[in-house]
Amino acid sequence: MNLPMNLKYSEEHEWVRVEGNKAYVGITDFAQSELGDIVFVELPSVGDEVKQDEPFGSVESVKTVSELYAPVSGKVVEVNGELEDSPELVNESPYEKAWMIVVEMSDTSELNKLMDAAAYEEMVKE
Amino acid sequence: MSALKRTPIYPLYREYGAKTIDFGGWELPVQFSSIQKEHEAVRTKAGLFDVSHMGEVEVKGKDTLAFIQKITTNDASKLAVGQAQYSIMCYPNGGTVDDLLVYKLSEDHYLLVINAANIEKDVAWMQQHAEGDMILRNISDETAQLALQGPMAEQVLQKLTDTNLSEIRFFHFKPEVKLAGVCALVSRTGYTGEDGFEIYVKPEDARVLWKNILEVGGDDVLPCGLGARDTLRFEARLPLYGQELSEDISPIEAGLSFAVKVDKPVPFIGQEVLKRQKESGAPRKLVGIEMIERGIPRSHYPVYAGEEKIGEVTTGTQSPTLKKNVGLALIKREYSDLGAEVDVEIRGKRLKAKVVSTPFYKRPKI
Repeated sequence: MNLPMNLKYSEEHEWVRVEGNKAYVGITDFAQSELGDIVFVELPSVGDEVKQDEPFGSVESVKTVSELYAPVSGKVVEVNGELEDSPELVNESPYEKAWMIVVEMSDTSELNKLMDAAAYEEMVKE
Repeated sequence: MSALKRTPIYPLYREYGAKTIDFGGWELPVQFSSIQKEHEAVRTKAGLFDVSHMGEVEVKGKDTLAFIQKITTNDASKLAVGQAQYSIMCYPNGGTVDDLLVYKLSEDHYLLVINAANIEKDVAWMQQHAEGDMILRNISDETAQLALQGPMAEQVLQKLTDTNLSEIRFFHFKPEVKLAGVCALVSRTGYTGEDGFEIYVKPEDARVLWKNILEVGGDDVLPCGLGARDTLRFEARLPLYGQELSEDISPIEAGLSFAVKVDKPVPFIGQEVLKRQKESGAPRKLVGIEMIERGIPRSHYPVYAGEEKIGEVTTGTQSPTLKKNVGLALIKREYSDLGAEVDVEIRGKRLKAKVVSTPFYKRPKI
C-alpha cells in the first residue's frame, strides 16, 4: 500500500497535502483499490464552502457510489477539472494527478485531528 | 447471524485475487482483477464465472410436464430432450416468484435452475403445487456450476473434451460430457449476452474443472466475479430478480412477453392477469434510459416527469462497453416512448435523461 509520509490522512480515507494555508485533498491508494474502477467523480465548484467531516462530493465505481468527506473546513479555491473526463486517474495516480480540490483552510488546527501515515496504515490494517 | 455459505471454488478465490462480498448469504467474488477488465474479456475473449450458488431442482415422474406447465409461463411442451428454455414462475396476481431455466433431460425428467436467493421460497412454492406422479428434489447442494462466457468460450472448452461442442446449439445441452476427465452437463446458455456455456458438475469436481479451464485458456480467459456478471447481463437487458423482477413486478411489465405464452393450451398460475396485461398493456413498462446531464443512475433512484414521480431505476451503471451512463427504469407506460425526456433524482438533484432502446449491447452476428 502506497502511503506517502508527507501527507495527512482522515478516517474516511482522504489525504491532505498542506501548502501554507491551502490543503490539497484526494482519496488514498487504499480507498481507490477498495472501490475498484472509478468511472465518475462529482466535485464542488470553486467558491463553495466545505466543512470538516461533511460530504463535499462523491466518487462512483462501476458498482458503487461513495461519498467524499472533507478532511478540513474552508473555501474551495481550485477543483481538478481533469477528473471529469478522466476519472480513472483516481485509480492510476491517487496522490498526484488525482488531487480533487484545494481548500483554503479556515482553521488549521483541524489538521491535528488527522492521522500521519503510520497511524492511517494501522487503521486500515484492522 | 449465520455464517456465509461458500461454493466449492471458494478455497481457490484467494489464489486468483478475488475480492469477496456477501451476496444474499453467500460469500462470492465481486471481482478478481477489475470489473472493467473482466467485462471486456467476456465481450472480446472469454471469462470464467463461479455460479455454484445457483439453485437446482430435479423433477421426475410422468406428471412432471403437467406440473411445469402449471407453474411456469413459457410453454414447456415445446421442449425436445436436450433443449433448455427460459421461463418464469408467477403468483396468481402476475407478480414474479422467480425466473428460471427449464432443462428437459428425458421425457419425464427435468432440471429447473433457479436464483440462489430464492431457493427456499421457490422449492416451497413448487412443493405447494406438486401433484400426481412426480418427485421433486432440491439438488442445489449437490450441484456446482461454472459459466464460461465469451466469443472464445467454445474454442477454449473444446480443448478439454472429445465431444464436439459445436453440435450444441444455443439453448441446447448435452448431459454426461467428459470435460477434463470430469462428468458434466454442458449447456449453451448464459447471462452475459455472449456465446458461451453453463457447466453443471458435482461439487467435488468443480475445482479441477475451474483450474483446467483457466490453464488451457491461458491469456484468453479471465476469472470473473459478480460485478462483471451484473454489468454484462445489464447491457444485454437480461433481468435480475430483485431488480427488474420481483413479487411486485410482472414479466410483462419487465418486457419478457416472449417467455409468457398466455395462450398455451393448459392453464397456468397468473395466466388471467398476464393475458390481460399482454393484450391491453401493463400500467408500467421497463425502459432503457440514458443520462443527458452528468450523473449515473442507480437502483431505486426515483424517476420524474415534471413534478410527477413516474417510477424508479431498477439497475444503472456506466456501461463498460458504451461508456455511457445508462439504466433500466420501471416507469408509467404513458411516459415510455423512445426519446421521451425524464428526470432522474440523483442525491437530491433532478438530472435530465431520455428513454432509449434496449438492449444496450447486442453481440455482433457472425
